[in-house]
Amino acid sequence: MSTVVDFHKVVAVAGGFPVLAGLDIEIAPGEIVHLRGSNGVGKTSFLRACAGLIPIRAGEANVLGFDMRVDRRAPRRYIGLLGHENHLYTDLWVREHLEFRASVVGASEGDVGAALRRVGLSERLWSVPIERLSAGQRRRVAIASVLISRPQLWLLDEPHAALDSEGREFLDGILIDAASSGATVVFASHERDVLKSVASREVTLRGGRLWEDSGAA
Amino acid sequence: MLHEVLLVARKDLRVEWRSKVTIGQVAPLALLVLVVFAFAFDANARLLGLGAGGLFWVAVLFGGTLLIQRAFDLETDDGNFDAFRMSTIGAPSLFLGKSLGVFIQVVLLELVLGPGVALLYDVRIDDWFLLLAAALAGTVAFSVCGVLWGVMAAGVRVRATLLPLLLIPVLAPVLLAGSRAFETAFGVRAEAGWTWASVMFVIAAVHTAIGVGTFGFLLEEG
Amino acid sequence: MSQIPDSKHMTATLGTRILGSVAVAAVLLMTLLGLVVSPEDLVQGHAVRMLYLHVPSIWIAYAAFVLTAASSVLFLIRSRSRADGGRHHDRLAGSAAEVGVLFAGITLVTGMLWGRVTWGTYWQWDARLTTTVLLFVTYLGYLALRRLPADPIVRGRRSAVMALISFVNVPIVHFSVDWWRTLHQKASLSVGRRPEITGEMYWTLLYSTLTVTVVASWLIVHRYRVIRLEELRDEEALNALIASRLREDDVGN
Repeated sequence: MSTVVDFHKVVAVAGGFPVLAGLDIEIAPGEIVHLRGSNGVGKTSFLRACAGLIPIRAGEANVLGFDMRVDRRAPRRYIGLLGHENHLYTDLWVREHLEFRASVVGASEGDVGAALRRVGLSERLWSVPIERLSAGQRRRVAIASVLISRPQLWLLDEPHAALDSEGREFLDGILIDAASSGATVVFASHERDVLKSVASREVTLRGGRLWEDSGAA
Repeated sequence: MLHEVLLVARKDLRVEWRSKVTIGQVAPLALLVLVVFAFAFDANARLLGLGAGGLFWVAVLFGGTLLIQRAFDLETDDGNFDAFRMSTIGAPSLFLGKSLGVFIQVVLLELVLGPGVALLYDVRIDDWFLLLAAALAGTVAFSVCGVLWGVMAAGVRVRATLLPLLLIPVLAPVLLAGSRAFETAFGVRAEAGWTWASVMFVIAAVHTAIGVGTFGFLLEEG
Repeated sequence: MSQIPDSKHMTATLGTRILGSVAVAAVLLMTLLGLVVSPEDLVQGHAVRMLYLHVPSIWIAYAAFVLTAASSVLFLIRSRSRADGGRHHDRLAGSAAEVGVLFAGITLVTGMLWGRVTWGTYWQWDARLTTTVLLFVTYLGYLALRRLPADPIVRGRRSAVMALISFVNVPIVHFSVDWWRTLHQKASLSVGRRPEITGEMYWTLLYSTLTVTVVASWLIVHRYRVIRLEELRDEEALNALIASRLREDDVGN
């Protein structure tokens, strides 16, 4: 597979609005792509279209070799998605939540501990209800959920939001490791300076399509 | 598939175990409804005894609707449905798992309401076996219908008002059958309680089949 | 250029103009037959004339709900294969349900008025009235679900599943309510002697059924067209938006 994401003149509509309007982009395995652009240019929609959560109205879209116009559910099992929301059951304890996510993807309890250590969540918080955690700590739990599923394609929407500088370092390390082991990472973020170190490529969207592309590193 | 069903149900029950919404809030509220019924019937012991079966099911409907709302709020509050859409868990497993979770919580509710009805309305039970069979059938029917409609109203801004409007007309036969079967079990009506119980089993089976067949349509966005 | 067809091809085709004129004429004749020509009943007197609206209304309500259910099934089966995503069936289901609710409402009102005259009370827990009121509320809920803002395909699927369940429930509701009422209130069911429907009454009833069917078809066709026009309008606005976004070379977001 030469490309992980291959969009050609993609138009996608969500909420009665063309959120993607003629988007052309190719992303190769192992890339870490930083999606940029102001609010409402289609960053979230691009990530959701890659995940197959919004339908493609026109153009060609392939993700992990699957034609998204034929079956947009097919690639989902290989994708780790972190949206604006954390996808957490806030009543559960941190460990319980991750054990549930782990059992869904067939990971072990050992993976849960490893993932929590990896995001730097101290062990005293593992048996605490998620609703008692701070926003940044919840974000770390959410990242750990994605980590557990060992995705081939990481789609992260503002993953750095709410994270402190230590958390960002953890996240950057995780993304670099994922990419070096062959996975592909696409993340949207406003915060350019902090992240310049991690991304191998910067892509700016505007008006639902590609505006600037630094190209593969 | 059974593995997935149990995973989903266990997760929902664990959420209940941690939050104690059913036991701590919904069950007391339903008990309160039983007390309010006594106001409506002017504490007329004879009327309350005659209507006990129906009042039980109305209280279950009331509390159960709140439980179903809650079962889907916890999926939509933090975008958990997206996690399900992205996972390998199939729509039928999700439907059955949610139904099983709701079923067990409604049983908990009934374990509180049952003694409440028996004590407050002075009910004697003639036929335990019929009572349990009818409770089982009615609760299964309630759970599968509830989950089917719950997902339709899930995440919608007006869900709190929409869900009861959609749910109650469909559950009307369950209420009717449950009330009559319980009245027979309480010995206040010498009618075919077993036939009413089997009506509820049929309703439960029909809705389970529809749910397994159509849940996938209801889960996908766009 | 707008792709929306003008009224000659949408709301005012020759076919529906004729259908509409026939419907109006038929209703006038139905009024005449029902109120003047047909005789009084021996027992119920003039009240029996309610029959000519009551019975056809419930027949149309049921027929409309059958149409809704059938269209919904077709929508679910074919939405993937058809070019328009099966929207035709979705529109048909929606417009039929609206007309069904209208006639179920008419059935209830006439039924209650009739009950007032023959039973002396507006409401009896009669099996058919109870079933009808549940049906009425069920499809009101269906219309409420259709009104929710959502992506057209999502809304279509959701409403189609609801229509399917509601329809499967009709016999369940009917059977259980019927059984409930016949089991232990046999006496209250006997409404006095049922009017014997023969001769002019029979023909008037048959004619009224036909008339109401024509009126309902006319309404469904028009509701279908209005829904289609609304969709075309939204679609055109969306296509214009897409086109303008695709044209923009360097301006704004």
